[in-house]
Amino acid sequence: MTHHIIDFKDVFFRYPDGTEALKGVSFRITHGESIGLVGANGAGKSTLLLQMNGYLLPSSGFINIGDLELTKKTRQDIRKKVGVVFQNPDDQLFMPTVYEDVAFGPLNLGMSAERVIDRVNSSLQTVGCLDLREKPPHHLSGGQKRAVAIATVLAMEPDILVMDEPSSDLDPKSRRYLMRLLKGFKHTKIIASHDLDFILEVCERCLVIKDGRIVADGTVSDILTNQSLLEENNLELPLSLQKTHIMDASAKGGLLPDPSHLHSDSINRETGMATAASETCGVMEGTLK
Amino acid sequence: MDFDKEYFNLGVLDTLSYKNTLIHRLDARTKVIATFAFIVTVVSFPKYEIAGLIPFFLFPAVIFSLGDIPFWFILKKVLVVSVFAVFIGIFNPLFDTHVMYDFLGIPVSGGWVSFFSILLKFFLTMCSALLLISTTSFPGICHALRKLGIPEIFISQLLFLYRYIFVLMEETLRMVRARDLRSFGKRGQGMSIFINLLGTLFIKTIERAERIYHAMLSRGFSGTIHFVKRDSLRKGDFLCLSITGVVLYIFRTYGIVSLIGKQAERMF
Amino acid sequence: MHMSDALLSPAVGATFWAGTLGTIAYCSKKMKENLDEKMIPLMGVTGAFIFAAQMVNFTIPGTGSSGHLGGGMILAIILGPYAAFIVMASVLTIQALFFADGGLLALGCNIWNLGIYPCFIGYPLIYKPIVQKGMSPKKILVASLLSVFVGLQLGAFSVVLETLFSGRSELPFGTFVLLMQPIHLAIGVVEGFITAGVINYVKAARPEILESIAEMRPLSSEIKVKKVVLALLAIAIIIGGIVSWFASSNPDGLEWSIERVYGKPELPEHETGIVALLRAVQERTAFLPDYTFKKKETLKEQETTGKEEVASAKGEEAPRSDANAWPNVEAGTSVSGILGSAMMLSLIFLIGYGIKAIKKKGAKRRNGISHPAG
Repeated sequence: MTHHIIDFKDVFFRYPDGTEALKGVSFRITHGESIGLVGANGAGKSTLLLQMNGYLLPSSGFINIGDLELTKKTRQDIRKKVGVVFQNPDDQLFMPTVYEDVAFGPLNLGMSAERVIDRVNSSLQTVGCLDLREKPPHHLSGGQKRAVAIATVLAMEPDILVMDEPSSDLDPKSRRYLMRLLKGFKHTKIIASHDLDFILEVCERCLVIKDGRIVADGTVSDILTNQSLLEENNLELPLSLQKTHIMDASAKGGLLPDPSHLHSDSINRETGMATAASETCGVMEGTLK
Repeated sequence: MDFDKEYFNLGVLDTLSYKNTLIHRLDARTKVIATFAFIVTVVSFPKYEIAGLIPFFLFPAVIFSLGDIPFWFILKKVLVVSVFAVFIGIFNPLFDTHVMYDFLGIPVSGGWVSFFSILLKFFLTMCSALLLISTTSFPGICHALRKLGIPEIFISQLLFLYRYIFVLMEETLRMVRARDLRSFGKRGQGMSIFINLLGTLFIKTIERAERIYHAMLSRGFSGTIHFVKRDSLRKGDFLCLSITGVVLYIFRTYGIVSLIGKQAERMF
Repeated sequence: MHMSDALLSPAVGATFWAGTLGTIAYCSKKMKENLDEKMIPLMGVTGAFIFAAQMVNFTIPGTGSSGHLGGGMILAIILGPYAAFIVMASVLTIQALFFADGGLLALGCNIWNLGIYPCFIGYPLIYKPIVQKGMSPKKILVASLLSVFVGLQLGAFSVVLETLFSGRSELPFGTFVLLMQPIHLAIGVVEGFITAGVINYVKAARPEILESIAEMRPLSSEIKVKKVVLALLAIAIIIGGIVSWFASSNPDGLEWSIERVYGKPELPEHETGIVALLRAVQERTAFLPDYTFKKKETLKEQETTGKEEVASAKGEEAPRSDANAWPNVEAGTSVSGILGSAMMLSLIFLIGYGIKAIKKKGAKRRNGISHPAG
């Protein structure tokens, strides 16, 4: 069955300003697989995802999705098979109510009114948001927005689900809920994320992208336990795996592992904390005015 | 007004509009038409009219109570926007000084009468606009306008605008707070920083538009937005509209106030 | 400055609504003809941008007071006139609803005042020609200042005209103009600088943005001077026609326009022609079989004669009454009027509170059922 295969063959992509974002990407994904896509910032993750439903077309090389080769003409049809959930749900929920957002896709597919209603209800039911039907998106919490964004894509009943940083900005409960939800989906899943624990739980296979090329392709247990590979890519072991290291170390005599490898991150963390502090002060400042 | 406060106020009205009372459940078309009819009727009174306007307070009174709308909140908003009308209206007593009536011994000039008339009209018309938006969700109003014949491109525009106002206000809020935190007194609040702020905000806006467009394409968008057709005119709506029409006509045509007043006079 | 409902008459309001709706329909048609799909989300978020930008304040150099952006010109420059008008109209609509900015009847006037002039005069007739010959920051500044200035002056003048034709304000034309125009001159300078500033900023930071948007505009967005002038003439004639039709068929407007001409609310009895005909119609329709009407007619006569007596005793001229207002409604600050108003207001108050009390009882009862004592 060739229906749900994604095939990238030597794909190159260059942006109009000259940046070479993809330099010969090749891989094959078969029906029902769930793939994690990891890599440093700027490695080409987003560009790769933008190719998946034809928003960007390869400068050279081939992309086959289902039986179709991705071209300008076929991308409309490919979009019926590939559903993309974006990083920022505010970009994805652009209609005035949840109902209309979820109905957007089915209506564009030309479905009848009754079928649209059915699709909307079942999609919202699946993500557990049926009671949010009449709400405007700006009345939803982060987790609810994400769930609804997924529903908007599910409503088109795609074969392949592509998600960009699905767990960012989620509170632990919503994140846990999302994990369970995705594990229950039978679709082919491609999830790009920095949340390695999330990928560990939800995916079976992992692709590591670096400088526009796939540098590793293996099972999640192989790749996400390979500390040196991860660190080469500005990543680190999933936290759930790190804890065992810490516990081992403390059992051995109390010393925590050397944090110097985190040093380059510590500066970012400091500024991050400073911004957070100023935002809190901003709140206070605002009310004082 | 303070950016924070404006954002907050916007949110309060928006939240109010999604309540579930008798008034809220009426079809949006009913409320839009009734509001317009109300405003036109009120504004049709000539410039010296005062008593004839009084019965019209019945409408806001009923809607405030049936619709569970906080009165003082709306009143404050009306007061805030009264500047222009008051500013122009206050010239009336200055220019129109002929004595019109004898108010318990004090001569009242026409100018004051017409000024007071303006104030009454102002209060009634502003209240009705705010009550419309507090009892009808904005998307509801947009769909009503669409069904009443406004072009779809304009309706899509209204809906998108509404959707993204909250997103953009939050983004702007963050930038404004950051600016205000780093400025002292009036320094830092000047024009060039303002222009930088706007420029950055604009670029972010364009990038966002790009992403939204992508999201739309990904879900099959091909040029037109298909609206979900949900017809919801009920008997209650027709009843409401007819009652409103009749009452408006009666109030406009007959001097109820003087009628009541004269009966009362006769009794005492 | 926004026009206000309270200063408007139905005739003027309706006329400008007709103009605004017509323009919205025209722009929508133009956009449909050659629409780049990307325009739809772009227009939406750009409108939100203008809306948010309008709420940020800044200190005006030299005065220390704070100012706000209008935005019509920036929109026209970025999106082109047709899209800009639609966006401006949408922003003003939201403001009219959520902020009671002006009012719903005056919205027609406000969209016209703040949309037509920047989009269809300022941009095509002033900004574009200047910038056509080279887009240096200086040229953009000059073009912005001039086009914003003209747009705002026309808008302010329109407010004066709308107020004048509505007849609710006593401000004489001259005084009003002297008030409005200078203020808008100052506002115009500031807005011109901001407009140029933002455009130049974006051009410097991301020049490709403005270019790519320009490519998305409907093809026929070139507006020729002749077309604009002809359109304006046509509009002026139509507006004049509609207003005078309203004025003559609505005796309220009739009274007003008579007053303006004759200085008295009533025509001399011997008038003939269409005026007399309309008068006759008015008198006939006033004779509805109704107790109140007749009663009031006689009472009014008594009152006017009564007042005349009082006035002549005081040596002043007889006060005008609203006798000619159609249909007959009393202005009543006489005792009965005050008494009646007080009673009416109390009644309305009671109705309002009554409804609220009934609702509270109903809610208590429902809560009582669902939460049994315990």
